[in-house]
This record gives sequence, structure tokens and C-alpha cells, in this order.
Amino acid sequence: MQDYSIHELELISNEIRQDIIKMLEHAGSGHSAGPLGEVEIYVALYYMILNHRPSQPNWSERDVLIQSNGHCVPVRYATMAHAGYFDRQELQTLRRFGTRLQGHPERMRLPGLESTSGPLGCGLSQAAGLALAFRLDNQEKRRIYVVMGDGELDEGNVWEAAMFVPRHKINNLVAIIDRNNIQIDGPTEDVMPLEDLKAKWSSFGWHVIEVDGNNLEDLIDAFHLSRAIIEKPTVIIAHTIPGKGVDFMEQDFAWHGSPPNHEQAVKALHELRTLKGKITSEHL
Amino acid sequence: MVKVNLVEYQKGYQKEPIRKGFGRGLLKLGQMNQQVVACCADLTESTQMLDFAKAFPNRFFEIGVAEQNLATVGSGLAAGGKIPYISSYAAFSPGRNYEQIRTTICLNNRPVKIVGSHAGVSVGPDGATHQMLEDIILMRALPNMVVISPGDSLEAEKATFQMANDNRPNYLRLAREATAIFTTNSTPFEIGPAYVYREGNDVSIIATGAMTFQALLASDQLSNEGISCEVIHVPTIKPLDQATILTSLKKTRLAITIEEGQASGGLGGAISELSTSLFPVPIFRLGINDRFGESGQPDELLNYFGLNSDNLIQTVKKIIKIKR
Repeated sequence: MQDYSIHELELISNEIRQDIIKMLEHAGSGHSAGPLGEVEIYVALYYMILNHRPSQPNWSERDVLIQSNGHCVPVRYATMAHAGYFDRQELQTLRRFGTRLQGHPERMRLPGLESTSGPLGCGLSQAAGLALAFRLDNQEKRRIYVVMGDGELDEGNVWEAAMFVPRHKINNLVAIIDRNNIQIDGPTEDVMPLEDLKAKWSSFGWHVIEVDGNNLEDLIDAFHLSRAIIEKPTVIIAHTIPGKGVDFMEQDFAWHGSPPNHEQAVKALHELRTLKGKITSEHL
Repeated sequence: MVKVNLVEYQKGYQKEPIRKGFGRGLLKLGQMNQQVVACCADLTESTQMLDFAKAFPNRFFEIGVAEQNLATVGSGLAAGGKIPYISSYAAFSPGRNYEQIRTTICLNNRPVKIVGSHAGVSVGPDGATHQMLEDIILMRALPNMVVISPGDSLEAEKATFQMANDNRPNYLRLAREATAIFTTNSTPFEIGPAYVYREGNDVSIIATGAMTFQALLASDQLSNEGISCEVIHVPTIKPLDQATILTSLKKTRLAITIEEGQASGGLGGAISELSTSLFPVPIFRLGINDRFGESGQPDELLNYFGLNSDNLIQTVKKIIKIKR
């Protein structure tokens, strides 16, 4: 695995955000806020944490990343393309007829996706089943990561899995919750209160780490720390800003399920390319 | 015609619940195939997984009363290269976890073996909530899914075995109550074919599950009365053995289906769809007519809903008139 400085990872994250905006504008539908907020989670995983080979997506010793909240798949497609799984040009086929980049991820269409998701709440238990299979095959050194949304935690299936994982003493599994506080109908605490989220997971038998989910250094530290926790499974509650990087999208639940139109995309890209004026943009 | 080697009537019939055959098959399979694993949602004895669980504790996973987790953990085990058999009552799996089966097993194309026990009204005293009548309909609607409904415990054992070698998602339908063992060890069974158990010219009786035994009884009685029935056993409802069914329909030009489930959308639905497209003949469907079951003794309920040879005989006598 190549080593990247935090600064390099930040620049990659910025490029991925631009790709997400372009993909969504071109597709004309899709979710904006979640994917933008989760960029650092995916960059940390694909560039620093996962043991994987982009040129061999089915490599038998790879770590497994399961995306439970399939609606956020644009961030995964964009990060996979940047990491070398496929050409970035293909990103523009998102949601188009015949594409490998379906509106919600389908394992059978794109190697490297690991599972098919969209209907919420099903990723953690699939990860649990996979962990049990690894145990039977003495492959417990392979680690399994599951990214979930916070709105997704309304699903009963999540809590069935939250009980199941500690019951079977699975400790090569890390759950990541994108705690961005929004879901389609509004703020999570208005729609269906989740707090005290840390206490909930602790009481279910999980080791809980809370981090700034848009801070690469904190995320990478948390992933490393999770390897040292062997008596329990780990859940990382990653506090993120929905729509991160684009001022008019940040913290606004209206952007949960909407794409930018052309004008909005131009505005967003301008903002991203200059990093809010901190760097000089390259003219694209 | 394939030699079917059924039990000779003169010898009488032994009885055993179909689910017992699953339990035996799974245990033997576990001994032979290390990739086979099992999960159950707190009904391990009742669904006959207990022997496997005791023999292979490291390959058995208790899920608790959580059928959504049952299906999705199964999907994950299959992702890890295992052959997971997941069991509960059919009312709960595939009843409650349909969407998990649809997305994480069928669309995801993971070869999970879903075992739904206690299907049909013959569950008895537990009543309507536990008498699953729509499982065939639900499962046969799903792309990639194979739907298997064995006729007796011996066939269930063979099916359990063969499912391990089938790389598609499978649904295996089981029943609680003891029913006649009418097949033998040498009766052919493979996933896919329908089997002609009796040849005849006047009417095709097309049956699945334990209803095939009722069809055999009816056929024998009717032949004494000069009505020649062709009895076709359909253990694999999806994919349907179109050739065998069509050959029979072309010969008899009249059919009746019988199943212990809703009369629309299941086996009867599948046969009717095939017939209307490729060889339209009158098809009559015996089953439960758009209602739920209720508490009672198994035989009492089967008789009440007309799921027996007597009702089959009466119905055949009625419908045969349209040909004469």
C-alpha cells in the first residue's frame, strides 16, 4: 500500500467531491448530502485502511467493505475510480441505462461492490455472516467494514444484527455510522430520535469510538484503534456534515435526496475548486 | 416415461412429517460437505435442525427470533463461500423477511437455502397466523429463486441433499404433520423435473407437496370408475418443467391442480399461466380460496378446505362433463 500524507488525502477528497457533483448533475437524480459528507470515510478506507487490490477486486485475501446505505453509492463509485478500480470517465454513466453504476449498488454488475444494497438496515448482518464464514475458514485476519447511515438505524434489522454480532464474539468487524443528523423527512431527532446513540451501542456490547467524520486524521486513528479492540466489535460514530464542502448544501436536509442542477453544479464546483479561496483553482 | 418406483399400495403406507426428511438430509449433508452451515430463528427442534446443530455446533448459528437477520446473515455466509440453510416457520421466513430475501439473496444472487417449515393449514391448532398459504406465491415471484415443494419426507431428504449442489437461491417448503411416505429410495428426484406418477387420458391432476398423495388416491378410485387420470407430481414449482406439463395437457385437454396453499398464484397459477400462453385448456384449481386458515385438527382443516382425495374425486367427476 502506498503511503499518503494527510494533505494528499485532502486533495484527493476534494477531487472526489467534484466528481460526485459532476456525476449527480449529469445523472439528473440521486442523493447529494450523504455522499459529500462521507468522502473522508471512503478515502480513509480505500487509501489507508483496506487491504485490497483494485486490479483484482475478487482477491481472496482482501478486506471487505459493505455499504449498507446504498443510496450514498456515488461516493463509493467515485472513490473506487480514483483508487484504480475503473476509469473515471465511467463515472458519468451513473444511473444511465446499461451502466455498471446503477442508482443503488449491485454486486453482480460491478466487481468490488461486495453486496447489493439500497433497502436499508441489511449491511451489518451480512457482514456478520461473512465474519462467521471467515472464522470457519481461519481467515479472521481479513477485516470487514460496514458503512451505515444514521437514518438507517430506524430499521429493526440493524438492532437484530447489533445483538447478534457481540453474541457471536465477532471482533474483526467495524461498523461506521455516518452521523449526519438528517434523513429524508428531516432531522433525525425529529423524525425518530436516535440519541443517546453511544449509550445504545455500548449497552448492546459494542466498543464505541466517536470521531469527526470529516477529519481524515481522526478517522484513520479510529480505524487503527479498532484493531486493538479485540474483546468487542467496534462501532465508529463518525459525525459528518451533510453536503460537506458545498456551502449551500451543508446541513440542509432538502439535499438528502436531490441532485444539483447545472447552475448549482457550477457554483458547487467553483467553490470546491478553490477550496473556498484557500488554494488557486486549476482551470478545468 | 421415467420409472417412478412408488410404494405399492398393497403394502400400505408409513407416515412421517415432511420436515423430518429435511432434518435427516441436513445431518447427512453436514457429514459430507464441510461448506454446509445452518442458521435458525429460535425454532431449531421444530424445524428439524437440532440434529445438525448438535453434530456440528461450530457450523450452526442461533439467530434468535429475528427473521430479517436470519436472511441477511445467510446472505453474508454465502458471500463467504458457505452453503447456508436458514430455517424458520414459513409464515416468518419467507413471510416476514421477504424484502431481505429479494435484495440480499435474489438480486444479490447468493445461493442461500431458505427452509420454510409448517406451511399450509395442516399446521392445525396454532391457527391462521402460523398457517402459511402464500409462500409459494411470494417465492416464485422472485427472479433467480428456485421453489421446491417435496411430496413426502423421503423426497424432502433428497431435495435437501441436492440443494447444496444448486448454485441458485432455493426455497424448500416443508409441512408439520405426518403424511404418507409414498415414494421410495429409488423414486427419481432432481431439482427441475415434474414426474408423471400415473398415466391417463381423461384429465391431468397436477399436484405438489403432500397433495400429490391425495391425487394418487383419487386417481386410483377414479380409474375404478372408468375415469383415466394422469397424475403429475411437481416438486419443483419454479422453474417449471414446461415440457412434461404441456405434453400431458395436449393429451388430456383438461387439468386440475391441487396444493395446500392459496389456489391462485401458486402451483395453480403457474400451470394456468403456462397453459394460457402455449396450450389453452380448462384448468381448475383446488387450494384455499382467498381466505386465511383457522384453528383445528390437521385432518379436520384439510377436509374443511377440500384438500383431500374425496373432494378431488367429486371435482374431477364434475369437470370431466365439460369434455363429454
